[in-house]
Amino acid sequence: MTTPKIKLCAAEKHYSSPQGEDVIALAPVNLEIAKGEFVCLVGPSGCGKTTLINLMAGFEKTTAGTVTIDGRPVKGTDPDHIMIFQDYGLYPWRTVLGNVLFALEAKGLKKKEAVEKATEYIELVGLTKFTESFPHQLSGGMKQRVAIARALAVEPSVLFLDEPFGALDAFTRMYLQDELLRLWQEKRPTVVFVTHDLEEAVYLGGRVVLMAPGPGRVQKVIDIRLPWPRERTGDSLGKYRRELFEEFHLVHQQASGEAEYVI
Amino acid sequence: MLRSVSHKMLPTVSLVGFIAVWQFAASFWPPELFPSPLVVAKAFRELADMGVLWSHIGVSLARFTTAYLAAIIFAIPLGLFLGRNPLCRHAIDPLVQVLRPISPIAWFPLAVLWFGIGNAPAIFIIFLAAFYPVLLSTISAVVGIPPVYLKVANNFGAKPGAVFLRVIIPAAFPGIMVGLHIAVGTAWIHLVAGEMLGAQSGLGYMIVDARNFLRTDWIMAGMLLIGIIGLVINQAMRRAEQWLGRRWGGVA
Ligand SMILES: Nc1ncnc2c1ncn2[C@@H]1O[C@H](COP(=O)(O)OP(=O)(O)OP(=O)(O)O)[C@@H](O)[C@H]1O
Ligand SMILES: [Mg+2]
Repeated sequence: MTTPKIKLCAAEKHYSSPQGEDVIALAPVNLEIAKGEFVCLVGPSGCGKTTLINLMAGFEKTTAGTVTIDGRPVKGTDPDHIMIFQDYGLYPWRTVLGNVLFALEAKGLKKKEAVEKATEYIELVGLTKFTESFPHQLSGGMKQRVAIARALAVEPSVLFLDEPFGALDAFTRMYLQDELLRLWQEKRPTVVFVTHDLEEAVYLGGRVVLMAPGPGRVQKVIDIRLPWPRERTGDSLGKYRRELFEEFHLVHQQASGEAEYVI
Repeated sequence: MLRSVSHKMLPTVSLVGFIAVWQFAASFWPPELFPSPLVVAKAFRELADMGVLWSHIGVSLARFTTAYLAAIIFAIPLGLFLGRNPLCRHAIDPLVQVLRPISPIAWFPLAVLWFGIGNAPAIFIIFLAAFYPVLLSTISAVVGIPPVYLKVANNFGAKPGAVFLRVIIPAAFPGIMVGLHIAVGTAWIHLVAGEMLGAQSGLGYMIVDARNFLRTDWIMAGMLLIGIIGLVINQAMRRAEQWLGRRWGGVA
């Protein structure tokens, strides 16, 4: 196998609680993600999905173990590895164009070039008509499309998404899932996608990493050997969905079992 | 339709009512003690004709503007700095907590001692009155910036200078505006106090001077004028705020 794009070696993260106790947010994780892969991290609340993606994106530092991207240890955030947040992170005082320009100007592009590029990516997400709108004039789904355009405009090699569609209604979510797949197939970045929605994970991911809480860890990695676009209600997807649900059920039982034990 | 008209008329009606009650009440006392609106209106004319009115207004506005701008110039940068530095904020917090409850007027004896009589003590007091609202609202505006704004900026590799100018300042701006608005109010209120205590000119002085001559009509005219100018300044501030709020894309 060629060298992985992202590699975690026994990466773990501890926090100290306000009482000074050591909290294991993430027990040692080993994971390799290939270039151009679409990986979904899925699991119940508190299983360390955000912690794990933050370690990869450089927003947090590992307590022990290593995270490398392109063979180099992750020391902090990197404009080549862009994170998309659930609450969009758009600047309300900037228009759609201004928000995308922010990223390109930070990258050091000249004004004219930046405007051209921003316009191109706004078109790519289908928001040309809203170029001069402010975020508060857009729906949640449109805001997330702006955030996606802003992220893709700097042409990152890795795209991290932490529950990006978590706040959207079911229809918008399905629409944006397809949009994301289309953009991914066009630009081919490596995608790490966090969700707590099993359906979403099997529909999108080339691989699904199922995580479990207490302490946060990787429970199982499932390869979804299906081409895109996938049929949401198809039998082939159903098989994977069943497998994942069964595994998830196990996680759930364990979690509640442990909880009972504690009580 | 009828309702909306009567709704618009309501303030005018209450104002007319107030003046009527005032006129009625004033008829029970001699005008030297409790001047009626008519007498006060005449006093306005008199003061305006004498020409002193305009120079008092001018002096007051000049003091107000100087002190207010000075407060902004000191308080906003300090607030931005403290907002970004939890350690300094923590260190300076008790000092601010102790100094803030001291009314600017309580500073007056010291102000006169340090700056003498004239413009300086009044300006100093107005400065203090405006300083704390601006400082505190700037700090809380900066502290309250959603972390995701900064995460995004860092992620895209924005330089610290750009983060400061293009993220921190605009993000804190609506909060700072609130402080600026509050500060106009407190500064204007303390302007009169400052001028009453030691100045030889300005609207506050005009009132004190009128008292010395037992001209209650002038006193009331001065009070009304202060109220009206305060209202105008406040309205202007609100307009500016609304305009900027729209410009800022519906935050605030
Ligand atoms: N800054 C922090 N300080 C202390 N504990 C933390 C911190 N961040 C996360 N944790 C703990 O680490 C664990 C994992 O949190 P994390 O946010 O990664 O979970 P998650 O899977 O993203 O959950 P959710 O689906 O609710 O977003 C939780 O138990 C949480 O309480
Ligand atoms: Mg999370």
